[in-house]
Amino acid sequence: MVMGAFTLSDERTAAGRLPGLWQGFAATLARDCRLRFRRRSELANPLIFFALVVTLFPLGLAPDSTLLASIAPGLLWVSALLAVLLSLDGLFRDDFDDGTLEQLLLAPQPAGVLVLAKIVAHWLTTGLPLALISPLLAIMLSLPGHSMGVLMITLLLGSATLSLIGAIGAALTVGLRRGGVLLSLLILPLYTPVLIFGAGTVRLAIEGAVLTPWLALMGAMLALSLLAAPWAAGAALKLSLDG
Amino acid sequence: MQLDTRKLGCERDERWLFHDLDWQIGPGELWRVEGPNGAGKTTLLRILSGQMADYTGTLLWHGEPLSHCRETFMASMLYIGHRPGVKKALTPLENLDWYQAMRATKGRARTRRDTCFQALEAVGLAGFEDTPVAHLSAGQQRRVALARLALGHQSLWVLDEPFTAIDREGVRQLETWMMTHCQAGGSVIVTSHHDSGELFPSSDVLKNLRFDGHGGVHIER
Repeated sequence: MVMGAFTLSDERTAAGRLPGLWQGFAATLARDCRLRFRRRSELANPLIFFALVVTLFPLGLAPDSTLLASIAPGLLWVSALLAVLLSLDGLFRDDFDDGTLEQLLLAPQPAGVLVLAKIVAHWLTTGLPLALISPLLAIMLSLPGHSMGVLMITLLLGSATLSLIGAIGAALTVGLRRGGVLLSLLILPLYTPVLIFGAGTVRLAIEGAVLTPWLALMGAMLALSLLAAPWAAGAALKLSLDG
Repeated sequence: MQLDTRKLGCERDERWLFHDLDWQIGPGELWRVEGPNGAGKTTLLRILSGQMADYTGTLLWHGEPLSHCRETFMASMLYIGHRPGVKKALTPLENLDWYQAMRATKGRARTRRDTCFQALEAVGLAGFEDTPVAHLSAGQQRRVALARLALGHQSLWVLDEPFTAIDREGVRQLETWMMTHCQAGGSVIVTSHHDSGELFPSSDVLKNLRFDGHGGVHIER
């Protein structure tokens, strides 16, 4: 057995050289992305759900392009929202079970920063791909071509907000064995403004209205949740682990 | 390193697990916390490692309340609990690299990796660096968690049942590490179900904190 000499960090940390915030953020983000790519089936789940729901609707309704175009913004947004909601339960669950969540909160870095890294990883693997494939599915619903860009932008902004808000609910319910239903009940009220503005903006884009104020509002919602949600989720995780 | 408890108490289900506990953990001290199941060993360790806020009394780190110096305390404390804190889908190297990045002051990714390799070699996992942890045996998985001790940043080790699933030789190794750590000026708080005679047979530095199971705690220096 080889055992190196110990270098105790008391003196070094006392001198104010604490582990870097950025280094901790980057390492957590990289680890979470790697984990998500290791489990491809889970990675594909939200996308498959999104695609299935959107494909089934034209089959269930009449294949009338004016009808489909009029419901397309709401339909695309609702299915994207549900796809994000379905993926939320796994955000902290695995980490809670294997004890890495405990260790994450024991890191010297503030919990909010590390939780933000996990949320960003979640968004990169759910919200971002959902937004990217949305134009393909929008064609199927005969959404007018000029509103495709707006659909993508609203989904990009909105899904990030959904991931952030959802993290609070996921953090609160992580200690419960069957927290899925409670999680939905907790965060759906907070999701409704995002849905209303998201789908509303796309509808206005079809009519050719001025969109700047609507997009600015969506950006404001994202900024607000970016400021508050990681810290709220961090505090909620501490509560869940305290028990 | 110096951790003090002042009148520390914790109540669970209308029963005091311990109360008015005045305890000093100084540099070079090796403490063993023992007691029957459910006596509150794990709870005490979770409080000492700053994970639980539900207690009475104060915790002092270098004479300063823990809430005032969370960052420095967390940077110098290593906690290994019942749950190993190891991701099964990742390799041992990736697992350790994350811990190293979280704890080490700024360092190149290359040197970080080298430190991780050495730590894995120290716990006898040389050659398994790139095998996903899920493919390793229970004892080897435990060793991945224990490899964090060999990364060597923290002066205070808080170890809850570290000997679980470890073979006899591994237990001896771990004991040696703890004693080396104390000789270097660090401190260790450890719980275990082994008999007193079985662990640290050659050591005279071992101190005991014993729960008697009726809400009483005895400190034997």
